[in-house]
Amino acid sequence: MMAIAPEPDIESAPWWDGLRAHRIVLQRCDDCGRARFPPMPTCPYCGSRAAAHFDARGSGTVYSYVTAHQRVSPDYDGDLPYTVATIELDEGVRVLARIDPAASASIGDAVGATFVDHDEWTELRFRVVP
Amino acid sequence: MTAAIAGIGATAYTRDSGRSVLDQAAEAVATAIADAGLTPGDIDGMASFMLNNDSVPCVAVAGAVPMSPLRFCLDLQLGGQAPCHLVWQAAQAVDRGDARAVVVFRALNGRSGPRVGAMRFAGMGGQYRYPIGYGAYLMYVAMWAQRFLAETGQGAEDLGAVAVAQRAHAQGNERAVRRQPLDLATYLAEPFVVDPFRRSDCTVEVDGACAVVVTSLERARDLPHSPVAVASGCYRAGPRPGLDIGDHLLWDDYTRNYTSWLREELFARAGLCPGDVQVAEIYDCFTSTVLIGLEGLGLCERGGSGAFVRAGTLPFNTNGGLLGEGYLHGMNTVAEAVRQVRDAHEVAVVTSGALMDGSALVLTRDR
Repeated sequence: MMAIAPEPDIESAPWWDGLRAHRIVLQRCDDCGRARFPPMPTCPYCGSRAAAHFDARGSGTVYSYVTAHQRVSPDYDGDLPYTVATIELDEGVRVLARIDPAASASIGDAVGATFVDHDEWTELRFRVVP
Repeated sequence: MTAAIAGIGATAYTRDSGRSVLDQAAEAVATAIADAGLTPGDIDGMASFMLNNDSVPCVAVAGAVPMSPLRFCLDLQLGGQAPCHLVWQAAQAVDRGDARAVVVFRALNGRSGPRVGAMRFAGMGGQYRYPIGYGAYLMYVAMWAQRFLAETGQGAEDLGAVAVAQRAHAQGNERAVRRQPLDLATYLAEPFVVDPFRRSDCTVEVDGACAVVVTSLERARDLPHSPVAVASGCYRAGPRPGLDIGDHLLWDDYTRNYTSWLREELFARAGLCPGDVQVAEIYDCFTSTVLIGLEGLGLCERGGSGAFVRAGTLPFNTNGGLLGEGYLHGMNTVAEAVRQVRDAHEVAVVTSGALMDGSALVLTRDR
């Protein structure tokens, strides 16, 4: 039950379009070579406007996480408890995503991507790699 | 710097004021002006802040009190990062001669009206948070706290030490909205709201208003209260502070907030060092920001903040903090520091803000 669909903008459209096709599409700076997320018009490390898109592998580690046990927003009451993590992808960027099942992850755990198709959009989720 | 805080004022902090924000703002501002021994006609500057238009602009309050024509006015769209920053801006305006006396205030129906804890913030970052249920400020601070505790080898007992110490202060504070006794066992028995936070780790949203009056140190010496000198102020947003207030994906280190980035300049400007601080009023929307703030300001060793709190060597959040007194977004944190310097201590440090950006002040007795 995902009550709120993302509202893509001109910067983020490739990210959301990519997820719909079960791909993790990131930007990489043509000048300094650093990958980045969230999508931005310029490189937050060197300011360059030159960037290309590439596909991330979908593996990473848990940098941090939170598990909601009580109401955070009425839109997600049916999902409680659930875990949202800051995932450090192997390509060197951090993304936010749920981890299934709730409370199954610790900091430093290796995780792998899964894709959950909702009516209007596709969600990136992760599971701890056994 | 030759400015001082000469007056403080506040309304009652309540869960349902039944009053307009403007009404409460005018009361707190008028109370602060009277506390300073001044009249509204003496005030020619105002500064305030709001989030998602949850308050009234300075000019509305200037008209309601009513005041002299304003020579200095600053309305910021910011949250708890703002109070120390605005006091510092006011102090500099007074120092430059742009204004003779400036009132800094925060007013909101933060409980009965729009609640920051459930607000959706404008900006490009929301699309990555709200669809997955990562939609409350509580969760953002919890995300930092989880990493901070793991990396510094601290845990629930350390968060709990903050909650317990501050509740003891709140018990003696008539303004505090949360005053029931709390011990560590009771704290640890509370269920998680969002792991690692329990109910007692979280501030209480309230309705109310709080204000302080900044004028020149020279003028403050002729006013009823002993002057509280603004020895230093500093604002800092660290590198890559994000697309909006809830986006931290490009912030490198969740174990260090803005306090680590402004510490050196803050104390150097005051000609003091962390060891000179006698009381600390650390912004505490949640317990973890106290631990991160104590370490970031250099008041204790990295990883040692929980033990430092338990040792009780430095008084902090002496009104019960935002956890106990209520969430006036840190304006009441500044007011409490003023009380401490008036009544008990010579050097206070105050902070405003929790994560990537924020501000701080060093306040001293006139000397």
